[in-house]
Amino acid sequence: MSTTVTRPDESEVTAPAKSGRTSAGIRRALPAAGILVAIALIWEAVSHWFGVPNYVLPSLDSIWSTGVAEWRGTLASATLVTTEEVLLGFLLSIVIALVIAFALHSSRVVRNAVYPLLIGSQAVPVVVVAPVLAIIFGYTITPKLIVVTLICFFPIVVNTIDGLASVDPELLRVMRTLDGDRWATLRRVEAPAALPSIFSGLRIAATYAPIGAVFGEYAGSQNGLGYVMIQAIPQLETALVFAAIFILTAEAILLFIAVSVLERIICPWAREGKR
Amino acid sequence: MAGTSGTPAAKGVPPQADAHTGAPGPGAPLGPGVGGPGAGETGAAGNGSGAAPVASGTGLRLSGVARVFGQVVAVSGVDLEVPLHSRMSIVGPSGCGKSTLLALICGLDEPNEGTIDVLGATTSAERLRRCAWMPQRDLLLPWRDVLGNAALALENQGVRRRTARQRVGHLVERFGLAGFEEKLPHQLSGGMRQRVSFLRTLVAGKEVLLLDEPFGALDSITRADLQGWLRTALDAEPRTTVLVTHDVEEALLIGERVVVMSARPGRIRAQFDVHLPHAGSRRELIRHPEFAELRDEILSLLEAVT
Repeated sequence: MSTTVTRPDESEVTAPAKSGRTSAGIRRALPAAGILVAIALIWEAVSHWFGVPNYVLPSLDSIWSTGVAEWRGTLASATLVTTEEVLLGFLLSIVIALVIAFALHSSRVVRNAVYPLLIGSQAVPVVVVAPVLAIIFGYTITPKLIVVTLICFFPIVVNTIDGLASVDPELLRVMRTLDGDRWATLRRVEAPAALPSIFSGLRIAATYAPIGAVFGEYAGSQNGLGYVMIQAIPQLETALVFAAIFILTAEAILLFIAVSVLERIICPWAREGKR
Repeated sequence: MAGTSGTPAAKGVPPQADAHTGAPGPGAPLGPGVGGPGAGETGAAGNGSGAAPVASGTGLRLSGVARVFGQVVAVSGVDLEVPLHSRMSIVGPSGCGKSTLLALICGLDEPNEGTIDVLGATTSAERLRRCAWMPQRDLLLPWRDVLGNAALALENQGVRRRTARQRVGHLVERFGLAGFEEKLPHQLSGGMRQRVSFLRTLVAGKEVLLLDEPFGALDSITRADLQGWLRTALDAEPRTTVLVTHDVEEALLIGERVVVMSARPGRIRAQFDVHLPHAGSRRELIRHPEFAELRDEILSLLEAVT
């Protein structure tokens, strides 16, 4: 608490504040770790002592050993393929979403014309569209990127538009008296002001991207974690399915963390007053 | 607080001499030096002479100005004249259209009736080029440090980022911000933020300053401090200034003429010329008999119009 009071003074504040932040980070991670351990214990107990067959609910240790055994043969290359789809699709959706959002922001006519279409696009059942895309583009990476983008771009667009429009109207007037034209205002005021909400959109999209990649692979593929699952389920290799799911989960969490870290680097000012 | 900002007031006096000596380089004070493109035409803020196309001594002239929002008449029949480089305060009850008047003058809005002449400019686009406007809230950009915020207008005028920061850097000390150049707004006190906002307004290099309750959001100690400071700064470098406030003492301290407005519709009720010794400190001025007399007269008038 004392740090906030003395903050304007000098740089001596930064050192204790930083170490305080790390320990606070550990303290914040503790509950999450506790819940994970609890779930793992219950999982193990159920699968070992209640006679649940391994193909229904494999025990964690069998999932682990399957994962290790299958890593070299299938999982490693599948993870690589899916990760590529996730990352490329995520980047593609960021680019497309930002272009759309800035276009919608700068013209009311465009916004009125295109916004309903964008909302409508979210009602399109991706599960049904994915096979059609697979027919059109074959077993290439293209249909997967399209599916990931379809799922990911919308939250980014909505959050970016909201962020761009969130600037105080009086500040926009000040910019006009400071010789700021439309472009200067967009670049120096609206875009930076929108960054925090852009990152909110990115965090949501980051958790959707792996799902999109798996949808795409389900519709037609020769490799990838989704492909591994399609192969494993009919053979009742449930442990392998779970291993693939855990890898996907880890991927989503890592992507989410990466976005959060990037946000902290790019717009540190946004953290003030949040806490 | 009093300690930190007493300094700039004392140092803030270096006057026009600076502007004469130098080319309008980074060392020149608030006037043409920092103005960037466009400053040359609106002219010699600090010099009083020069190539400015201002033939008469008139800074601002409003004649028969009215502004209506839907059914509400915000201001009506406003005639005002502010001589070049002089300062006018407008006081009035809230809702009397003071802020509307400022928006009209600086070209953010157009009147429904009447004309507004700012140094010969009558269209809103041209008025915008000549007027700087400072609202009550500081509205600093939270991601820019003190220099970056202050340099905003220069960057908008096409000055390169680094050059703009350098030019602003020379002014920081006079604004009591030395040592805080790279602090972000949330690391500053309210009074400092307001000074950054004022610096940002001045750096735009406009001939006309429009201040809309600039100290209204501050505590009374900081406000008193900044009032004295602003008075000194404007004495050192006169600009055509209109200050809107609901604080009669502030109006008398800053303004060479005080205009009293009535509410709904906003009309001008009275004008007072203020003749106070120039150099006195804020406390001396407030004790001055004429100050007390004017304050009482204006306050009773304000009671009558509300």
